[in-house]
Amino acid sequence: MRKLVPLRICLVCGIVMLIQFFIPHNYSQTFFQYALDWLIVCGVFAVVIGLDSNFRLHLTRIIRRKKGWGYSLITMVAVLSVAFIGIKFGIGADSLFMKIYRNVEVPMDATMFSLLGFFMASASFRAFKAKNKEATVLLIIAVLMMLGRIPIGYFMWDKLPNLVEWIMMYPNMAAQRGILLGVGLGAAAMQLKILLGIERGWLGGAGD
Amino acid sequence: MLLFYILTQISTTPLNIIPPSELTAYDNPNDDGKKINIEWTLSPDDSLLDGYEIWRSEIKDSGYYKIGYIGRQKAHYQDAMQVKEGVTYYYEIRCRDRNYNYSEFSVPSEPVVSSSQWYDKNKTNVLFGLFLFSFIILGAIFQAKKGKTLFIRKINGLDALDEAVGRATEMGRPVLYVPGLGGVGDIATIAAINILSQVAKKTAEYNTPILVPNCDPIVMSVVQEVVKEAYLEKGRPEGYNTEHIFYLVGSQFPYAAGVGGIMVREKPATNLFMGYFAAEALILAETGNISGAIQIAGTDAVSQLPFFITACDYTIMGEELYAASAYLSRNPTLVSGIKGQDYNKLVLLFFLILGSILGLMGNNFIVNLFHS
Repeated sequence: MRKLVPLRICLVCGIVMLIQFFIPHNYSQTFFQYALDWLIVCGVFAVVIGLDSNFRLHLTRIIRRKKGWGYSLITMVAVLSVAFIGIKFGIGADSLFMKIYRNVEVPMDATMFSLLGFFMASASFRAFKAKNKEATVLLIIAVLMMLGRIPIGYFMWDKLPNLVEWIMMYPNMAAQRGILLGVGLGAAAMQLKILLGIERGWLGGAGD
Repeated sequence: MLLFYILTQISTTPLNIIPPSELTAYDNPNDDGKKINIEWTLSPDDSLLDGYEIWRSEIKDSGYYKIGYIGRQKAHYQDAMQVKEGVTYYYEIRCRDRNYNYSEFSVPSEPVVSSSQWYDKNKTNVLFGLFLFSFIILGAIFQAKKGKTLFIRKINGLDALDEAVGRATEMGRPVLYVPGLGGVGDIATIAAINILSQVAKKTAEYNTPILVPNCDPIVMSVVQEVVKEAYLEKGRPEGYNTEHIFYLVGSQFPYAAGVGGIMVREKPATNLFMGYFAAEALILAETGNISGAIQIAGTDAVSQLPFFITACDYTIMGEELYAASAYLSRNPTLVSGIKGQDYNKLVLLFFLILGSILGLMGNNFIVNLFHS
């Protein structure tokens, strides 16, 4: 019974949404919009669950003085103080809340994103070693790609950017589309299995 | 002042530009009744123009107001500006040149009423494809239920899961399972949850802690249930720890920073990245690589696959991620679903080859079959 009810709900909702896809009527579109709105409402409630989990985790660490509890303390102080500022002084464009967002969160986000440059260099260094035939092909193509995307590549051989474009448009695109076709079919098959209750891993106890 | 007056008069007085003719308006088919298509024959002076202004009214002879503008050489416009179903509309068009001189209005269109439809005929091919696809998958499942043995090829990344969890057990360190950025509605996340179910059974068996930081609170709730169920099934409910499956943060880079922090502080022996990932993929995989963990990644995000291939020991690519649950559980019904998927791929391959050959011969019949 504990699994049967969610499975039935899943089946009914899935079939209803599937039928909705083929109906362009105004009623159908309004229903779809309502369904999306419900998702947003559910998401808002879910934030409370998330916050509860987050607070429990950090409070436990602080109270039990677990390893790295100082980070938890900083997290808690930051969350509570920013929430207090937002509630007390508002979240308008010129509010303190937005200033904190623009001057603290956005730069920190950008910093994390910038790290990608360094990680890419270290990952490339490992990947582009001619250890075997495949790795050698990868190395050659990578060097061509890098040269073809910068002006010096053009000065070395004016056809190089065209060659790079050809590699991107044909062999690369063919491989990507192959994977995407598989992904599309796989996703559709998975949806069908979930809808029919064959795939039950998401309920706990995969497929049993 | 006089000069200004004259210039104003010149710019607003209709010139000898011939307005467009044969204006027709018709309801846009297969929609929700909020669009009307308008077509006309271009003005003979089209080359002198900047474009056409489209005007609309609910009464034939008066009350027209401008609803849109479209450049020259265009003879079609779709009105989607607050069109109401069941209301009668009339349209007029006039030309405008680059100096904002206007022609006379065209003859008004015949009345048009927008209506919504109960079936989108453009999606008939999708419906047919859906039936064919489902029929093949269900056929394969039916075969499996009759006891037919189905072969499924080896997937190294999934075979390595046992080894990865075993390594964590030997080292006495936790397993870190990252379900990605996706919500519970993403197929990749559902696949990740299915794999987690199998991994949690192994960690329960080996008594190895499993850490699951989440980016989405709904995913977290589902994951908690799935892991708890796995521990119960293995007869080790006391091994389940709610604190190990937690909500970290909802944003992309703070999530990457948080997971990176866990890798550095907790030093998990095994990192499993399964689900949907974006730019944070390489940050996570490289941090894990530096920490010396064995790493297995699985995603359907094609753009992130090269990063995972570079930084992880094993990578489960695209559809393999969806097949993981069946592969790991070896449940015949689930395996037959993958088999059905392969048969569908064969059908698609047939159409691809046939479509390419016919396309090269100038026949686009197969290509058009896939248009919607």
